[in-house]
Amino acid sequence: MQDSLKRFFDGDVWWSFKQNPLVIGAAITAIICVIAAAFAPWLSPHNPFDLKTINLLDAFTPPSWIANGKSQFLFGTDDQGRDVLSTIMHGSRITLLVSICAVALSMTVGITLGLISGYVGGKLDAFIMRVADIQLSFPAILIALLIDGVARAAVGKEYHDQIAVYVLIFAIAASGWVQYARTVRGSTLVERNKEYVQAARVIGRSPLAIMFSHVLPNVTGPVLVLATLHVGTAILTEATLSFLGVGVPPTQPSLGTLIRIGNDFLFSGEWWITMFPGIALVVLVLSINLLGDWLRDALNPKLR
Amino acid sequence: MLAFIIQRLLQAVVVMVAVGFIAFSLFNFVGDPVSLMLPPEATSADREEVRKSLGLDQPFYVQFGKFVANAMQGNFGISLRLGRPVSQLLIERLPATLELSMIAASLALLVGIPMGVYTALKRDSWLSRIILTLSLIGVSLPSFLIGIFLILIFAVWLGWLPSFGRGDTVNLGFWTTGFLTYTGLKALILPAITLGLFQMTLILRLVRSEMLEVLRTDYIKFARARGLTNNAVHFGHALKNTLVPVITIAGLQLGGIIAFAIITETVFQWPGMGLLFIQAVQFADIPVMAAYLCLIGLIFVLINLIVDMLYYVVDPRLRAERSGGGH
Repeated sequence: MQDSLKRFFDGDVWWSFKQNPLVIGAAITAIICVIAAAFAPWLSPHNPFDLKTINLLDAFTPPSWIANGKSQFLFGTDDQGRDVLSTIMHGSRITLLVSICAVALSMTVGITLGLISGYVGGKLDAFIMRVADIQLSFPAILIALLIDGVARAAVGKEYHDQIAVYVLIFAIAASGWVQYARTVRGSTLVERNKEYVQAARVIGRSPLAIMFSHVLPNVTGPVLVLATLHVGTAILTEATLSFLGVGVPPTQPSLGTLIRIGNDFLFSGEWWITMFPGIALVVLVLSINLLGDWLRDALNPKLR
Repeated sequence: MLAFIIQRLLQAVVVMVAVGFIAFSLFNFVGDPVSLMLPPEATSADREEVRKSLGLDQPFYVQFGKFVANAMQGNFGISLRLGRPVSQLLIERLPATLELSMIAASLALLVGIPMGVYTALKRDSWLSRIILTLSLIGVSLPSFLIGIFLILIFAVWLGWLPSFGRGDTVNLGFWTTGFLTYTGLKALILPAITLGLFQMTLILRLVRSEMLEVLRTDYIKFARARGLTNNAVHFGHALKNTLVPVITIAGLQLGGIIAFAIITETVFQWPGMGLLFIQAVQFADIPVMAAYLCLIGLIFVLINLIVDMLYYVVDPRLRAERSGGGH
């Protein structure tokens, strides 16, 4: 373990990280966002879901640096008197939870199907790749919307609110697996003819064992890059679906839901209710995308 | 060439059958159409009666065949939410979405390609750096936020442009257009920018990376060695080869624009198909969802088909590869 850590800090990936101030900034921002979101119940200045601490008289307080602002509400309050900063922290928590679960799920499915497709080949491969092709010709957001709509029709409105988060995770995951499957299949096709795989076959290891314990570790590099960039996309998809009103229910507002709620007050001049969650979303996604872009270049020596 | 076209057409038909099958499954397996149509106090004899009259007692493939036959004639039943024929609803809304998408797509191409070429040719200039940084922000900004920002600035603070609706439209009989009135054109500006911006940054980055790749190749070096002017090398030799992949992506993006119009239409309350669809999803209005799915599927398949053919015409290498049976 210590050896591998030492190798990491000696390696070019760490070196290129240290050389790049923009990437360091992005990494710090992303870490701050994730910590603020993960520990929101302990870190946030107010508890926006505790009705006892919310005072309707505080509603529509502008940010603290503007006239009429109150110092205890840094980014102002929304229509119900909830502190905007606190709702953003709790909202990012749900947004991040949903997107990371969705990425993990679609990564698992995509890698498994990609390995099988590339290693087994033949008709199964052709079938999986055709399905992937068909899905790839439709935008992810449309597929996610459709899955959500079907779930809504299938289980009824009241019950849907309870399972909305799971439906959302599934919808985002289902729209993202293709990329992993294609990438892993491509690398597997190359790997499966190499000598170590032939050696494993000769000593009689089962195809499943070869796929997961021999081929998989050798195809993870590009998957890592994809996953980082996918977290950014998944956050955007989640926010978009919630903004459209088909994501998480308003009782557990995510960043997208907050923006949607704030959007109703744009014309009456309370711009902060929608602007700050929006800025938080952009900062989060931008820092993750910067990290993903850098990782892609750092792991690909051809581009240097 | 003929074999290639036939192969592509067959693939398109397979995709359409798959899409049709999903739409059909929506109708039949999500929610029971019989209980939707009958009052709750209906007897089981009534149910049987309705089931028979709808043809639901027939085998699966007969039902699917009927669905396809109906769909081909544009008959998708009646919207559960609005109580009007779905095809009529879609036809009313189609012009709004298509006009918005066309303007957004032209915006993306006309601005994206020149900026991509510029940033590739002048890699180290400060303007290129600014454009590239802005484009990364553009990729990270969800389009609904762009819409909200634009509304806040140009509609709420400055009050220059309208923030919702299509303005006045002119009815041409089969098509309602917003191109012919002042308010219609004004209403188009913000939604078109919102919708086009993401595709524009995508095209910009694509053109740039393709152009950089092409500029490194031997034939460009050779063209320079022959003493051709910079302009001749860049626009006569390099740009041509850059545009081959751009055609594909731009074509696929056109489909993406029509789908992403859902979001823009929601932000701006633009009365197009996307707004209809999102309301259908919220109310679980299955007939509208199924019809929208089929229509979008058809548009996508047609675009893919056209792009494939264009690609084939533009890139002679493909013709050689295809005949070799390569993948």
